[in-house]
Amino acid sequence: MATLQPIAGIAGRAVAVPGDDIDTDRIIPARYLRCVTFDDLADGLFRDERFDDDGRSTSHPLDEPVRAGATVLVSGRNFGCGSSREHAPQAIRRAGFEAVVAGSFGEIFFGNATTLGLVCLALDDESLEAVQSAVQADPALELSISVADASITVADKTYPGELADAARTALLSGRYDPLAELLAGEEAVAAVAASLPYVAAGSGR
Amino acid sequence: MAPRTLFDKVWDSHAVRVLENGQTQLFIGTHLIHEVTSPQAFGMLDDLGLGVRMPERTFATVDHIVPTDAREEPFADELADQMIKALRANCTRHGITYFDLHSGLQGIVHMVGPEQGITQPGSTIACGDSHTSTHGAFGAVAFGIGTSQVRDVLATQTLAMSKPKLRRIEVNGELGPGVYAKDVILHIIRTLGVNGGIGYAYEYAGEVFERMSMEQRMTVCNMSIEGGARCGYVNPDQTTFDYLEGRPYAPKGAEWDAAVQRWRALASESGARYDDVVVLDAAEIAPTVTWGINPGQAIAIGENVPHPDRVPAAERAGTLEALKHMKLTAGAPIQGTPIDVAFLGSCTNARLSDFREVASVLRDRRVAPGVKAIAVPGSTLVKEACEREGIDEILKRAGFEWRAAGCSMCLAMNPDKLEGDQLCASSSNRNFKGRQGSATGRTVLMSPVMVAAAAVTGVVSDARSVFGEATVSA
Ligand code: SF4
Repeated sequence: MATLQPIAGIAGRAVAVPGDDIDTDRIIPARYLRCVTFDDLADGLFRDERFDDDGRSTSHPLDEPVRAGATVLVSGRNFGCGSSREHAPQAIRRAGFEAVVAGSFGEIFFGNATTLGLVCLALDDESLEAVQSAVQADPALELSISVADASITVADKTYPGELADAARTALLSGRYDPLAELLAGEEAVAAVAASLPYVAAGSGR
Repeated sequence: MAPRTLFDKVWDSHAVRVLENGQTQLFIGTHLIHEVTSPQAFGMLDDLGLGVRMPERTFATVDHIVPTDAREEPFADELADQMIKALRANCTRHGITYFDLHSGLQGIVHMVGPEQGITQPGSTIACGDSHTSTHGAFGAVAFGIGTSQVRDVLATQTLAMSKPKLRRIEVNGELGPGVYAKDVILHIIRTLGVNGGIGYAYEYAGEVFERMSMEQRMTVCNMSIEGGARCGYVNPDQTTFDYLEGRPYAPKGAEWDAAVQRWRALASESGARYDDVVVLDAAEIAPTVTWGINPGQAIAIGENVPHPDRVPAAERAGTLEALKHMKLTAGAPIQGTPIDVAFLGSCTNARLSDFREVASVLRDRRVAPGVKAIAVPGSTLVKEACEREGIDEILKRAGFEWRAAGCSMCLAMNPDKLEGDQLCASSSNRNFKGRQGSATGRTVLMSPVMVAAAAVTGVVSDARSVFGEATVSA
């Protein structure tokens, strides 16, 4: 299995999509889930916020030309709540983002994102607001996120954040995709399977 | 040994080992898959040259994309047609049991598991769908996963997981007339917030849950994720065993007796330690409806929609956004809000007991002119059971369309969708912007009987006054 690059930090410009409780249905509307691969998801990212009912652009921050090439997405609290669809972090990743900075994250989203190497840094309300305003004020602003310190630096000011230990260790060591390690545990897996009556009995039918 | 919770017992018996980042490699006894989140996972297996570790512990059905009226294949939607074909091919190739569209057993994945007796106490269950929490009603540890994790379970029958904290939510006392399981869970989410459960598993305990039927417990556990908790469960008891006995995949004969004995011993013991305990009074729970764009934005039917000037500062922006989307007047009553669509369906509330309750109030009633009303059983077995009892006839006479099983208008992946800014009185679980298929569409979540009340009056209504308290006493 291909080894992954450790992720120590993310640097780049950002785009702010403010709002709390942005759910995965908004990040990627369900009609974009009618697919058997993740290949074409970038198009659907925040689709219904970026275009109105008649398909006209709403000049969403994601579509501002000055924001093209941004690698950090800044949003509000409880980002990625709702549906488990991995299509959401996949769409964010495929649209060129390497990190999401928010107040907190829906749990399934956080896990999905981490497995893809998409860094999810949580900030307290005050820091988040400061970062958000700075980003909105200056499209050219360069941010840098340190995974080891779980912090973000914007215009020489560093804000401490939160990044679950398991995710931090995994990103830093390039082990954020757990499959290889899970496969390596096969012997212990077989032992647990044999110890569970409902599993050992086969399908039960 | 110190008293333990069901959660700890199940976790410990399924923990394989500790991974390098500190997470647990957790054995998944039962893996449920469906057409939306599995094809990419199978694709990843192919790319890696891996097979399915325990096809006999993997079960599939098709639900999200199926049309609920014209079910002949090929589907009109080519993409949907590709998806069902991909699922069928993957199941055949890997030897996975698949409850196919015309098998007579197809339905929403969270209905099929319990119906078949696949969902059992003390098991771990994963599915690429956030409402997998539903299966916790049986005393299982059940949670939703992403597609890369579907790949992990397919390949290894395990997941890398961090153990959540455990919160016991006790609801004691008696529910009033017209207050259903749906109201209980909407009330809990409203009280604890949509992110209150992040990092927690929920144990639902106390008199109210003890008295509930399995179908009601499923309604509650289903929406755990809407409160931020990935998993929620009820301790198994006689109600659980009675439901499971004789189901196709439930143990039989001597094995059944042994299983019941094991399951009884799983329940949380008194004196066990919880990270948090919340105690609520059933008498405080009213028929509850949402007014906003997440399930925590809910009020009792008699209350007014919040006013942005009178909510905590941190909620102001969200309140304004929700009011704007919902086109509701700040501070005004929610009762009387005109509806365009009434939807009875979804894995929250499309079981036989839901349709029985609705049928009992809809005899001699008619859907208000101009309201589109659709009833969509959660599974083919529910559909047939309703038809045997004549429930379909009562609903059709009232003006509901009677459909075939699927996710339907719960989400917009099939032909059932809202149009424009239609407002839908819905028995489903999510009122997110755009959830029901139109970016400007509006969803008001409520119990099935409240959907029926809205359907016949044409406005959001209190079912207790529309049908009479005696009729709606649950
Ligand atoms: S009914 Fe709705 S919530 Fe349930 S599985 Fe289908 S889409 Fe998801």
